Amino acid sequence: MSITIDQINKHFGGFQALKNVSLDIPEGQLTALLGPSGSGKTTLLRIIAGLESSDSGRVLFGGDDVSQLHVRDRNIGFVFQHYALFRHLTVAENIAFGLESLPKKQRPSKQEIRQRVAKLLEMIQLPELAKRYPAQLSGGQKQRVALARALATQPRILLLDEPFGALDAKVRKDLRRWLRALHDEYHFTSIFVTHDQEEALELSDQVVVMSQGQVEQVNSPTGLYARPESRFVFDFLGHVNVLSGLVKGQKLVQGDAWVSLPGIRQDQEAQLYLRPHEVQLSRSPAAKARLPLRIEAISLIGSEVRIELAPEGWQSDEIWEIGMSHAEFARQNPTRGELWYAVPDVGHLFVADSVQPRTIDWQYTEAANASNM
Amino acid sequence: MRRLGRRNKRVLPGFGLSLGISLFFVSLVLLLPMTGLVVETSGMTWDQFWFTITDPRVVESYKVTLWTALAASLFNGLFGLLLAWVLVRYEFPGKRIVDAVVDLPFALPTAVAGITLATLFSQNGWYGQWLAKIGVEVAFTPLGIVVAMAFTSIPFVVRTVQPVLEELSPADEEAAVSLGASDGRVFRKVIFPSLWPALVTGIALSFTRSLGEFGAIIFIAGNTPYVSEVTSLMIFIRLQEYDYAAASAIASLVLLASLILLFSINLWQGRYLRRLEGR
Repeated sequence: MSITIDQINKHFGGFQALKNVSLDIPEGQLTALLGPSGSGKTTLLRIIAGLESSDSGRVLFGGDDVSQLHVRDRNIGFVFQHYALFRHLTVAENIAFGLESLPKKQRPSKQEIRQRVAKLLEMIQLPELAKRYPAQLSGGQKQRVALARALATQPRILLLDEPFGALDAKVRKDLRRWLRALHDEYHFTSIFVTHDQEEALELSDQVVVMSQGQVEQVNSPTGLYARPESRFVFDFLGHVNVLSGLVKGQKLVQGDAWVSLPGIRQDQEAQLYLRPHEVQLSRSPAAKARLPLRIEAISLIGSEVRIELAPEGWQSDEIWEIGMSHAEFARQNPTRGELWYAVPDVGHLFVADSVQPRTIDWQYTEAANASNM
Repeated sequence: MRRLGRRNKRVLPGFGLSLGISLFFVSLVLLLPMTGLVVETSGMTWDQFWFTITDPRVVESYKVTLWTALAASLFNGLFGLLLAWVLVRYEFPGKRIVDAVVDLPFALPTAVAGITLATLFSQNGWYGQWLAKIGVEVAFTPLGIVVAMAFTSIPFVVRTVQPVLEELSPADEEAAVSLGASDGRVFRKVIFPSLWPALVTGIALSFTRSLGEFGAIIFIAGNTPYVSEVTSLMIFIRLQEYDYAAASAIASLVLLASLILLFSINLWQGRYLRRLEGR
């Protein structure tokens, strides 16, 4: 069932949590609401569920306006960050709760409920825990039980509020994959809230980035990463290295640092955003850029060596991070305290007051220059 | 450097001292009078003891005390739960004042409560004159005892239920509603099972307190033998007759009943809570 959100506004006292939010969530997809805390993502999810009411605007499920419908009549499954399992009921009783809450006419027989619960326990791979109480389960097990409970009445929409937020890293990864597999098998429309960009990009078909009560950008994970449309999205999706300065004679200059900007003729203030993998390190400055940096720290863990550097002779609000392959690292052997030069391959330029960036590909421009000569 | 022996592994010092003082005080305030009671009673033979505690007038007082205490504590269970619910769940002007007033029965001398209640419920009293019109007599009847008991022990229920109600997670109720449960079902299946142990404890405390209530009752009960005499009054009457042994015999019985009740409630509650906490 598709979900349409139409010009939703919500205030909490003097604070505006949602500002005219409109959104389309296609049927059968797994959508992530991604944003920092206070961005309104949880409020939006709760309004979709009907746990919170909006000041104005409509929520539509498959074209039907459900804004005035009570939570219990919306037929949604909701999963809470802290599980919200009923402590005095066993796992099986928890899962059966939704089925037993159905009006008498629709309620399956006791026998049937037992069978459905057994099937759901199979699905969450915990059939041996049917008689346990929630307090006897681990966090990951609790969240699985919460999921089975939400799915028991076969809702067509599943809403998850930071479902993995309270779990440790290893369990979180397992459960993420498991949820993805479950979703691919059953194809309900699901929305989950998260502040973890990695989680959003890995798990979802579509990511909705929110900030200060507004939708910043909606796109597929790859589209979002390749084409961030605002500074906020850029900043939020992983680390980014920034050079801010003045454009002068097709060069962005700040202190001792400069980067050539072929084709940018207007003199103005600008910021150049460079992702860690879009920059290389060299012991001498290149023809297209001179970005002196001193190595502050080297982290070897992971598929890439991550090098943290501080600007030398110019300034940056945040430390720079540049990735290097382990083979390259072994060959070059950079050491802490050495002076290196960053050489960008691809960059994203935000000019003065424009919202959207302009992507600059030096490899391409170099190749073009070479063929022109 | 001081070496830590096996015996001194605790981080905070003073365990021995603080436990010693606590136990000393418990003995002084509780065990010593109880021993005195037993010593006083032990002067009697079994026959004398049996004769004293099965005296028809005394037996009648047990019956009156038990059913009035039961009625009062059950009433408090309902009303106290409602009061706690209102105080936790809703915001209204004067909430802080109502919250403070709940403790009034604890602060008020019971005799003052008794006199006030007797005045209010007497035939010319503010409440009494209206109740008389519908044929209900409260003052100087067992019903008066119920009223006095309920008044003096209501804080027990409110104050045990209130913190549990405050700690209930709103997410539990939201989960139940999102699963399609009606309001009634949410209360029965989600809220009440969490409140239940606290409510039972509150009712039991209210009941044991009512068993021993004296000051508030004697002013309103009328104290008619075989009709509206409570057990604590019987103890007082025996004392006035200088029959200390008989007084302590009856007292020891009340004490025993209260202790058994409190212990069994504690055991039951411990078992129930262990399940919730998963031990």
